[in-house]
Amino acid sequence: MRGPERIVVAGASLAGLRAAEALRDQGFDGELTLIGDEPHAPYDRPPLSKAVLSGWLSTDHTVLPRVRDIGARWLLGTPATGVDPRTRQVSLADGRAVPYDRLLIATGTRSRPWPERQGGALHGVHVLRTRDDADRLRAALAAAPGRVLVIGAGFTGGEVASVCRDLGLDVTVTQRGDTPLGSALGGVIGGAAARWYRDAGVDLRLGTTVRTLEGDAHGALRRAVLSDGSVVEAEVAVVAAGALANTEWLTGSGLAADGRGVVCDESCRALADDGTPLGDVFAAGDVARWPHPLYPGQLLRLDHWDNAVAQARTAAHNMVHASRAPLVHRPLPAFWSNQFGVNLKCVGLPALADQVVLTQGSLDQRQFVAAYGRQDRLVAAVAVDSPRVLDGYAALIEAGAPFPPVLNATDGPDRPEPLDPAFPRPADPAPGLPSVAATPSVPSAQAVLAGHE
Amino acid sequence: MTTTSATPQHTAAELFAQALRHEHRPNPYPHYEQLLREPIARMDDGNWLATGHREISLLLRDPRISADRLPPPQQRPIRKSLLVEDPPKHDQLRQLVSRQFVPRVMGMRDHIDKLVTDLLDAHISEQPGHLDVVADLAYPLPVTVICELLGVPREDESLFGSLARRLTRGLDPIDTQTEDEIRELQETRAELQQYLEGLIARHDAAPGGDLLSGLMHSQHPEGPMDPIDLRVTLGLLLIAGHETTVNLIANGTLALLRHPDALARLRTDPDLATPLVEEVLRYDPPVQMSGRSTLADIDIAGTTIPKGSRIRLLLAAGNRDPQRFADPDRFVPDRADNAHLGFGGGIHYCIGATLARAEAQIALTALARRLASPGLVADPPPYRENAILRGPESLPVSFTRLSPDNGGA
Repeated sequence: MRGPERIVVAGASLAGLRAAEALRDQGFDGELTLIGDEPHAPYDRPPLSKAVLSGWLSTDHTVLPRVRDIGARWLLGTPATGVDPRTRQVSLADGRAVPYDRLLIATGTRSRPWPERQGGALHGVHVLRTRDDADRLRAALAAAPGRVLVIGAGFTGGEVASVCRDLGLDVTVTQRGDTPLGSALGGVIGGAAARWYRDAGVDLRLGTTVRTLEGDAHGALRRAVLSDGSVVEAEVAVVAAGALANTEWLTGSGLAADGRGVVCDESCRALADDGTPLGDVFAAGDVARWPHPLYPGQLLRLDHWDNAVAQARTAAHNMVHASRAPLVHRPLPAFWSNQFGVNLKCVGLPALADQVVLTQGSLDQRQFVAAYGRQDRLVAAVAVDSPRVLDGYAALIEAGAPFPPVLNATDGPDRPEPLDPAFPRPADPAPGLPSVAATPSVPSAQAVLAGHE
Repeated sequence: MTTTSATPQHTAAELFAQALRHEHRPNPYPHYEQLLREPIARMDDGNWLATGHREISLLLRDPRISADRLPPPQQRPIRKSLLVEDPPKHDQLRQLVSRQFVPRVMGMRDHIDKLVTDLLDAHISEQPGHLDVVADLAYPLPVTVICELLGVPREDESLFGSLARRLTRGLDPIDTQTEDEIRELQETRAELQQYLEGLIARHDAAPGGDLLSGLMHSQHPEGPMDPIDLRVTLGLLLIAGHETTVNLIANGTLALLRHPDALARLRTDPDLATPLVEEVLRYDPPVQMSGRSTLADIDIAGTTIPKGSRIRLLLAAGNRDPQRFADPDRFVPDRADNAHLGFGGGIHYCIGATLARAEAQIALTALARRLASPGLVADPPPYRENAILRGPESLPVSFTRLSPDNGGA
């Protein structure tokens, strides 16, 4: 059976590039087109909030290494604006239309902007998602502002605040919840994280939001008024309040897509809004939501580097080998962060847990492992400054080990004491965006947003 | 009752014992291959043997595992080294050591390169030549490097070296050692302790820029290292820093001489040294096995290893696991995806990996570049007694000419 002749990859970042390489590895020798809204060749994002901001790396050094020559047509700096699954065409912002036999949607996410137009437009208000964002923010930090305000203490917020402290800058961090990292790791581990912030000299305001961002006569940020009425004088603010899926361009396409992502099945095929999978449209990376076999009854969307790579490969395989049994995308979620001198690595999905237990080390020592359980099964583990043990936990999670796990680790507590992990209530879906009609193939479509909250 | 099966099924214990026999030291791999059919096996004595790559990898990283597999309390040394110590003590010791070790190893390549050049130049007048790669290069290079790192004076190197050599035997399974050997080992250990005490005293009086001085006078909140830990750690670094790299270089030379195409490629492409040394670490690793014990029941490969069991991890078998590596018995100098177990894994991953890699890459590249028409004088070469740190006793190599060093061009 003849395979596809024209494959279009919408999105030229990590997932898009790795998918393109995998397509060639899988023997696809037809016309391959990559569409990207940014003018840059595919680059790596994790360094942006770490090495780039701190000045160790320039964004030129974040270009993703190429695994193989992909012989592709690159349409960079030209956002895709629509897709018509009936005529199999992607339309571009410059008016062109690109036909396909198979389409991969890998358009990723973008930073959630400051919701209020006036404050968001002030000079000095930043987000951090793209290389251009990173270049702008680095320049702003290099100008030695008197104080930086970081809005949101998730992974990105923590990494930015950490770099600011390394640069000797005063930092205030506001966090809606009671601890940093609360929605990803819960309040127990978040409580330990709060100490890292404070020990590093961060002015951490918990249970607090920013009411307004105010500027001077020249439109430059001067201060923020917080929900408790206090005022923070800052010339730079970083809005680190989560991500939105880049799916607006799919509006009217008949695909099941909204601000939470593109719904696809476990073999990466995109679903139409009546819930039936399409045979020629696939999704991978940050933008994809799918039913993970390990977490039944949910749709996952993971902002994880590892996931983007793995899902890209699975999608590529299934795009080329339509006649074979499709591969199922079922990796164990894994992500990491570096902040305040701490290496934090996580496997599984802590956000699903109803219990957490410290299994190794101690929270005070900044070197520990915590295991998360849901309904007496191990579902996740997070390791702080002890990444090498985590593979063992990953195997236990995949094997459906009981919770609390019996480890008897030599640096573990004598008697494990499971606690309520103290997760905040699930956040509402992104406001102001169309929501998908029912997706019948997935009974419960509650989103789990893991990783960068 | 008197008939025996025509095709006897060997138990894992029998196969393992076979693999350990000295006559099989040059090539234990066919025995490993048979053992791999059962990736986790229970031995007759109640101990366990892990041979599968996946199983070993998991066990090395499993939190339910202890590195402590020492004999019962009465026979124990007063203090355990970080090699057999568990967290949190392991982590503290390791951090102290790596804080001193890592920065000193960075930037040592030029110096290693010079040492290799000097060692080979000593034979440049012999034409046609004859080199024992073990005695003339693979052994003196890491000894000099580790002694310089630690701060052992040049004049003590040979004494130090002989102690290390004798102590290595003590790493082998205790049931393969004779009573005389065990007694001799104890004497050697005492001798080493005495030497180290003197060395420490000298460094206390006159600290230098070496690792020992660094450990003794660390300004870090966790340092300096306590005197007993210091002696134990020095003893460990000494042995680990000696005997493993010797075998890595010797095993690598052997692989090159048995694969002339790889040798020819390395001669013209020094960049090949990086993946090639990784392949040596997979194909014929200097450390053949390691050990662990279980702190809880562990379900693995369809069986349950009970709490309190000892497990021997046959790293060299995992490196030839066909479930993990395509064509595992082939030496592929530029093998991609080479996740070998040559340096172990998990929290005890070899602390000297960077140094060992640098020494082997430089030594093998120099041999490939400078020896004209090299050949093995004996194949297989004679092997040392040791089964765990396995390598040739000597590796005589003939060649037509030893080129002068041309600066790596």
